[in-house]
Amino acid sequence: MSLTREIAFTLNGSLRNVTVPVTMTALAMLRDVLRLTGTKYGCGEGECGACTIIVDGRSVNACLMFAVDCDGRTVTTIEGVAADEASEPLRQAMVDNGAVQCGFCTPGMVMQSTWLLEQNPHASRDEIKRGLEGNLCRCTGYKKLIDAVAAVSGTNQ
Amino acid sequence: MSAIQRYLAPTTLEEALDALRESEATILAGGTDVMPQSQAGRLRLQPTLLNIRRIDELGGIALDGASIRIGALATISELLESELINERLPILAEAADHFASPQIRNAGTVGGNVCNASPAGDTLVPLIVLNAEVELASKRDGKVERRRMPLESFFAGPGRTHRAADELLTAIYVPAPAEGFVAHFAKFGTRPALDISAVSVGIGGVWRNGTFKNARVAFGAVAPTPVRGRATEGVLEGSALDAAAIGMAAAAARDEVRPISDVRASAWYRKEMIHSLTKKVLTNVADA
Ligand SMILES: Cc1cc2nc3c(=O)[nH]c(=O)nc-3n(C[C@H](O)[C@H](O)[C@H](O)COP(=O)(O)OP(=O)(O)OC[C@H]3O[C@@H](n4cnc5c(N)ncnc54)[C@H](O)[C@@H]3O)c2cc1C
Ligand code: FES
Ligand code: FES
Repeated sequence: MSLTREIAFTLNGSLRNVTVPVTMTALAMLRDVLRLTGTKYGCGEGECGACTIIVDGRSVNACLMFAVDCDGRTVTTIEGVAADEASEPLRQAMVDNGAVQCGFCTPGMVMQSTWLLEQNPHASRDEIKRGLEGNLCRCTGYKKLIDAVAAVSGTNQ
Repeated sequence: MSAIQRYLAPTTLEEALDALRESEATILAGGTDVMPQSQAGRLRLQPTLLNIRRIDELGGIALDGASIRIGALATISELLESELINERLPILAEAADHFASPQIRNAGTVGGNVCNASPAGDTLVPLIVLNAEVELASKRDGKVERRRMPLESFFAGPGRTHRAADELLTAIYVPAPAEGFVAHFAKFGTRPALDISAVSVGIGGVWRNGTFKNARVAFGAVAPTPVRGRATEGVLEGSALDAAAIGMAAAAARDEVRPISDVRASAWYRKEMIHSLTKKVLTNVADA
């Protein structure tokens, strides 16, 4: 029997209470306990960025975070961003630029790009590349992804 | 996978130190080492899982008298963003800039990087060049005690430090560098992001009136712990950092390191990379 713990945190704007094993990852909590499957499991080791979420205003890998550490914090997942008007320009730019192929990396890319644009609304192409360096796309559609984010940041360099 | 009996997330240092005194505990900061290592079975979680993230006094980066105090919980992103670090200790920002990925920099802490004690830990080489000290706290005989030791002597081997089981690393203190101090860092891996260093080099010293003094050299990933490059320091002391001097120092660096061969690189390759990184770092120092 593994030790569990009840935690309470703000998830996509609403307060949630959930009981989780103390060794569970935040990723497993989101997907398997809360059934929010938009956040993807790619590698489980911090290498691919498919599990990117935003915690207290910082993007992190949900697969490297202990679920219990969400206690008292503010967590945003792709479901939260999808419901947010403010992210429409980024979503439309992803579509317009053909930045989605199989789509597996897309939620993580959108989360990381959202964070990047919050930090740096007029990011240059180089800054976008640096900002997305922790996100892998197995379909290797990097150029279109960068084009999409660049369309939102309004950069032409 | 583990026999965890309790999970604690205290908000004060004293509570954390009580927990460390009472039981065998695994300390959890950002979790970017603890999570993958425990999931892969390389790290056995102790009966108490002690999350220190909610202890405010372990955070922050600030001037403290003649030193710069970096709280154990300061993240790699905070190093990169801190004005104080960029102005006074830019070599640390340089190391933070090519550390893992933005997501890991946002979660991973300096205290975690130091206590994980990887010979390839990217903040360790710059901290050795900067002559940093670690501060360790414990609670013995009912009161909080603190001691400091040079970070350079904190490491006992890969993944091992001289921290006692009831101690917590609270902060790192870096003496404010002398006038004219210049330092640079470079690492080499097979790709620019998300790569553990195959080797790294940090060099600092006082560079004034065409003479380099008080040279400090450190290498990462060429020994079981990060190491000082004392032979290279000897060659550099008082040098003019011209092409000939840089060539001699780079050769000394290649000769003094004793790396091993592993999945990331062969020993021969590591020595060659130490040679070329030393040249590169010294060229950056000389250009300052
Ligand atoms: C994909 C990936 C890429 C990475 N790339 C790099 C890289 O480029 N460079 C690099 O240096 N590292 C890298 N790392 C390793 C890791 O991210 C860093 O070592 C990070 O700084 C660890 O900090 P943390 O807060 O997450 O530590 P944690 O995982 O929370 O802790 C690490 C260790 O330190 C102990 N500990 C933590 N805080 C304290 C304290 N205050 N007192 C006593 N003990 C403590 C823990 O018990 C544990 O043993 C990478 C990791 C991953 C998964
Ligand atoms: S699943 Fe988390 S980084 Fe790959
Ligand atoms: S679109 Fe397939 S992994 Fe990126």
